[in-house]
Amino acid sequence: MGIERTYEEINHKIRSGKAVILTAEEVLDLIAGEGAAGAAKKVDVVTTGTFGPMCSSGVFLNFGHPKPRIKMSEVYLNGVPAYAGIAAVDVYLGATALPPGDPRNRNHPGEFRYGGGHVIEELVAGEEIRLEAHSYGTDCYPLKKIETAFRLSEINEAVLYNPRNAYQNYNVAVNLGQKTIYTYMGILKPNLGNANYSSAGQLSPLLNDPLLKTIGMGTRIFLGGGVGYVTWHGTQHNPSVERGENGVPKTPAGTLAVAGDLKQMQRRWLRGLSMLGYGVTLQVGLGIPIPILNEEIMSYCAVRDEEIFAPVVDYSRVYPYREAGNLGLVSYAELRSGAVTIKNRQVPTASLSSYAGAREIARTLKEWISAGKFTLTRPAAPLPSVEAGIQLQALPQRNPDEGGF
Amino acid sequence: MAIKQKLVFRFPPSVVEQPFIYRLVRDFDLMVNILRADINPDKEGRLMLELSGSEPDYRRAIEWLKQQGVRILNLKQQITWNEDRCTHCGACSVICPSGALELSRPAMTVTFDESKCIVCELCLKACPARAMKTLLEQAR
Repeated sequence: MGIERTYEEINHKIRSGKAVILTAEEVLDLIAGEGAAGAAKKVDVVTTGTFGPMCSSGVFLNFGHPKPRIKMSEVYLNGVPAYAGIAAVDVYLGATALPPGDPRNRNHPGEFRYGGGHVIEELVAGEEIRLEAHSYGTDCYPLKKIETAFRLSEINEAVLYNPRNAYQNYNVAVNLGQKTIYTYMGILKPNLGNANYSSAGQLSPLLNDPLLKTIGMGTRIFLGGGVGYVTWHGTQHNPSVERGENGVPKTPAGTLAVAGDLKQMQRRWLRGLSMLGYGVTLQVGLGIPIPILNEEIMSYCAVRDEEIFAPVVDYSRVYPYREAGNLGLVSYAELRSGAVTIKNRQVPTASLSSYAGAREIARTLKEWISAGKFTLTRPAAPLPSVEAGIQLQALPQRNPDEGGF
Repeated sequence: MAIKQKLVFRFPPSVVEQPFIYRLVRDFDLMVNILRADINPDKEGRLMLELSGSEPDYRRAIEWLKQQGVRILNLKQQITWNEDRCTHCGACSVICPSGALELSRPAMTVTFDESKCIVCELCLKACPARAMKTLLEQAR
């Protein structure tokens, strides 16, 4: 019988400054020397991190009412439209929103210089944001138009609420076509010119807890440089995919919905990005502490880049047209080395996710916990894992005027 | 003494018709390796090149070019890397053709070696965080 720990015991050690915390990278050497059982005896918490583009991100804002009051039905923040189909002065600004006048891809590849992700970055940095809101006027909310400016500190609430972050593993994107393509996975040069990936691999949160045995609803996390929480499983959460013996999925699998108060986050970890020919997005810094409750949990944290595999997918044809098949699996150790072998050719690799950023997030989280500033939470409920039997759906395509169910 | 320098020549619209390269070779016995040439939005001709030859010839050539109204800049300062904006993802490293932008391992951080930069400007739009800038953009 190996070591067993409770959340309470771990938190007690954190508060008394006696907890042993290592990052998911640092713990690998210890496990190599002492095995998972030995390491589990010594280590209370393993910290993880990831810092990649995450399109399914955005902020809920409540502006407070002007005088007279307004029921905002069309809202622009620095010219970028926010969704106003909720209460009078509440909006949701999505990371990929574009100003109506942006040329998009009319001159392909479009530059996408500014959008929702950039507004979020400037908001969190405390910069002044221009607000334009329109309405139709009601007896209780008579104002029909307002143009003003505000800073983050001057509005009631700003909550980062991201419906899908922290993808557990992801595709490696390549281009088998004859011309350069511009994708959410970056610029892909023709004829296998490069292979782009986007995961922190051995540092990535969900790859260190592949079966979601500790990460659940209510788990306190590092989010955007501040504190956030796991609020649900993410959209497209797909735990039922093929896995290796170590439980690690071989394709994109689990995802998380997360939320946190934007007012305590930092620009450094929420970055507006412009993906050439694709659009704008937000690079999100996210880190999760894993409580080493027992040897089994530690054995999952033992996973190395050599043991995590991702599918190579052609983005010129197979991905956009939903064709079947991939070009085989490659490990994150190969990907991170700078080149992988695909179809017997050496293909240079690049990442969209910052490994250096992931490493810094895991270290920062470790420091917070070591200083007693951050304790661990037992999930209020588990997230659906393999046993939930989730099957991802494709959108039905049928004539909406026929049917008559 | 031999000399080898990477330079940027900027030609005002009034002199763009002159055969400067021919003169550099014939009158100053210099070797010319053109890296890139274009006309920028201000209708100014821009030539990025490597010049090599004897130091006295090189000095005379530079003097003569300046007399002709050509502005001469160090190629190294044409593209700047804003490290504060860089998130060290490394997306630039497979786009940069000269190896100026690289991901250094095992640190996994981006490095920019100005001396290898050939001012192709591919990085400007390939960087999702837009951390790379040209002198021209910065002047505006």
